[in-house]
Amino acid sequence: MFRNQYDNDVTTWSPQGRLHQVEYAMEAVKQGSATVGLKNNEHCVLLALKRSTSELSAHQKKIIPIDEHIGMAIAGLTADARILSRFMRNECINERYAHDQLLPVNRLVSALGNKLQNCTQRYDRRPYGVGLLIAGYDGKGPHIYQTCPSANYFDCKAMAIGARSQSARTYLEKNMHLFKDTNLNELVKHGLLSLRECLPNDLSLSNKNVSIAIVGKDHPFKTFDDSNVDQWLALISDAEKRGRSTTSAPPPPPPGDDTDMPPAENQPQVATEAAEHRMAID
Amino acid sequence: MKYHTQSPASTGTSVIGITFNDGVLIASDDLVSYGTLARYRNIPRVLKVNEQTVVGCGGDFADFQHLSKIIEQKQIDEEANNDGFTLTPKALHSWITRVLYNRRSKFDPFWNTWVVGGLQDGKPFLGYVDMLGTAFVDRAVATGYGEMIAKPLLWEAVEKKESITEEEAKDLIAKCMSLLFCRDSRAFPKYRIAKVTKDGSVIEGPFEVNVDWSIAAHVQGYE
Amino acid sequence: MSAIGTGYDLSASQFSPDGRVFQVEYAQKAVENSGTAIALRAKDGVVFAVEKLVTSKLYETGANKRIFNIDRHIGCAVAGLLADARAIVNVANDEAKDYRSQYGTEIPLKYLKDRVAMYMHAYTLYSALRPFGASLLLGSWDKFEGPQLYCLDPSGLSYGYFGISIGKAKQSAKTEIEKISLKDKTCSELIKEAAKIIYIVHDEIKDKSFELELSWVSEATNGRHECVPQEVFDEAEKFAKDALKHDSDSD
Repeated sequence: MFRNQYDNDVTTWSPQGRLHQVEYAMEAVKQGSATVGLKNNEHCVLLALKRSTSELSAHQKKIIPIDEHIGMAIAGLTADARILSRFMRNECINERYAHDQLLPVNRLVSALGNKLQNCTQRYDRRPYGVGLLIAGYDGKGPHIYQTCPSANYFDCKAMAIGARSQSARTYLEKNMHLFKDTNLNELVKHGLLSLRECLPNDLSLSNKNVSIAIVGKDHPFKTFDDSNVDQWLALISDAEKRGRSTTSAPPPPPPGDDTDMPPAENQPQVATEAAEHRMAID
Repeated sequence: MKYHTQSPASTGTSVIGITFNDGVLIASDDLVSYGTLARYRNIPRVLKVNEQTVVGCGGDFADFQHLSKIIEQKQIDEEANNDGFTLTPKALHSWITRVLYNRRSKFDPFWNTWVVGGLQDGKPFLGYVDMLGTAFVDRAVATGYGEMIAKPLLWEAVEKKESITEEEAKDLIAKCMSLLFCRDSRAFPKYRIAKVTKDGSVIEGPFEVNVDWSIAAHVQGYE
Repeated sequence: MSAIGTGYDLSASQFSPDGRVFQVEYAQKAVENSGTAIALRAKDGVVFAVEKLVTSKLYETGANKRIFNIDRHIGCAVAGLLADARAIVNVANDEAKDYRSQYGTEIPLKYLKDRVAMYMHAYTLYSALRPFGASLLLGSWDKFEGPQLYCLDPSGLSYGYFGISIGKAKQSAKTEIEKISLKDKTCSELIKEAAKIIYIVHDEIKDKSFELELSWVSEATNGRHECVPQEVFDEAEKFAKDALKHDSDSD
């Protein structure tokens, strides 16, 4: 009758030392539409694919500004992201008030990490079902951070999260050696090319479904939407805007009974996916 | 009816600070008075926070010690973070301003005047905060009697020139400290200087005030 | 794990019929899924070494460090869920801070470890909480107590050690540690040995890439916990790699 008796609440460890509720929350991130973040020496770029729920609805906003020097793109539960963004804005404002300076990105992310951790350990809470790509520029240069419902966070050279994002990560891994010394236009172009890997088959990149945000040296966080995206979309050809007929990543294996499912062996994908799914402990 | 602090107890007198071409000096004497009594005569009132930040403080000494401990812990937190960021003079100046203004707004002030100095992004920074939360940044600052007696001299020096050398700044400090000792009955002839340059910060001294009482013969009208 | 599935292993506030709290044991299992961390007590201090597994090429080097400062004078290496470990490190930071504000001096490690262990233990008592999925190695040196090293585990136990390993390869690392006569060695000798052990126990087939982290707290660092200087790090890493190469040559 029980498929898995260890997955009902966050306060239960499985015999393998896993937290299934947290891992399920990680799945929520993969339900969200894709978003990509990358950086060169001076700038960070966030790109996101927006979805609309119907012909009559607008496309759902994916990029949230936090402060002059920080913004983020989200994948997963939007409502959860709004709680987190309020927290992050507060942290930044408090730093401005108390110390009259911009909050370093790593400190914001670690404060956020502590907040996320708390609700992975209490019966009366659930993990935040959202993944974030946080882009920011501070005294130590540009940063892209990825955060997870598991309360893990990663300082990244580039990253993609959300639905079908594996192929974008493959693109980024293949090309990331070029990013560091490239200019802003080229960087956005790489971003668009990786983002289109995440498109559903019948769609192409357009000013309706793409959001772009840039932050960097002498460049306060700025989001580009709708017609403002055109200048960036013009960097790639029409053919390059079309989604490629990549088969989407295989669905995650159903969480079977822990007792007869050895850990680790059930993850066919590359290291990142496996690590995300297994709630990377490193 | 609950009474908050309405007067200071053990106090220090003036603190003076000046920027020079590649750094900052903050000076104060070694005396903590109890009313008119010269009670503790070996107490430095300048403090090294880190390699780029120093503070000096006049007014209630217990309040200074209390806040010093908190500032010290802030610095330890920064070090434990080990992320390449550190407490800067501008950030500390802002923080002290918030704390002091907050307390004055509760009618329970920290009875201090603070001078914060150091290097901010490689450039000299010097700030002032008083017990009401009044705060400003300037090339030269002074607290207490220093504000009346030393500041005209400091101003004259910094306004005459684009920038002064460390040596000129030190001479000026020596002149101000001896002038303060002559005029301020709570001042003391022994003082220390907190210095910040790109080589780091250091507390120098104690120095003796150069007192020349031969001038007394020329003073007229106070007999 | 004979009791798996019998229903006595779902809550931290429940004993099994033979007197075990399975939830705590499962949390300990989470620690064993993580990269290895070791700490060695030399005659003049304590050295830490961590095998930080890197699960994606997209991550920046040096991200997600697993060695922390608890205070100026106490170092900490962790294994297990990093998010949990950070939460405990924060508690330890706060305890160190609290002690200093109360007593005006640095907290001795023997008190800190008790306070933190009690905190971790509290999370093994209630069904509404889960035990922490992380273990901590805590080390310090001072002129009164000399070198000190403790390990805290998810159950809230804290033991003192001469040498200790936690994480994936704790067994094989322990075997390696036992080969060294720790009490005669100095930190500068042991830092190399520690690096070597991490390289030996790293499982290249299963885990691919990793970053080595090294730190120490000793008489030479004035009782401050610090990352080792770059040249010491390079030397230790070279020593480790050479030793490994020598090993595989002789096979």
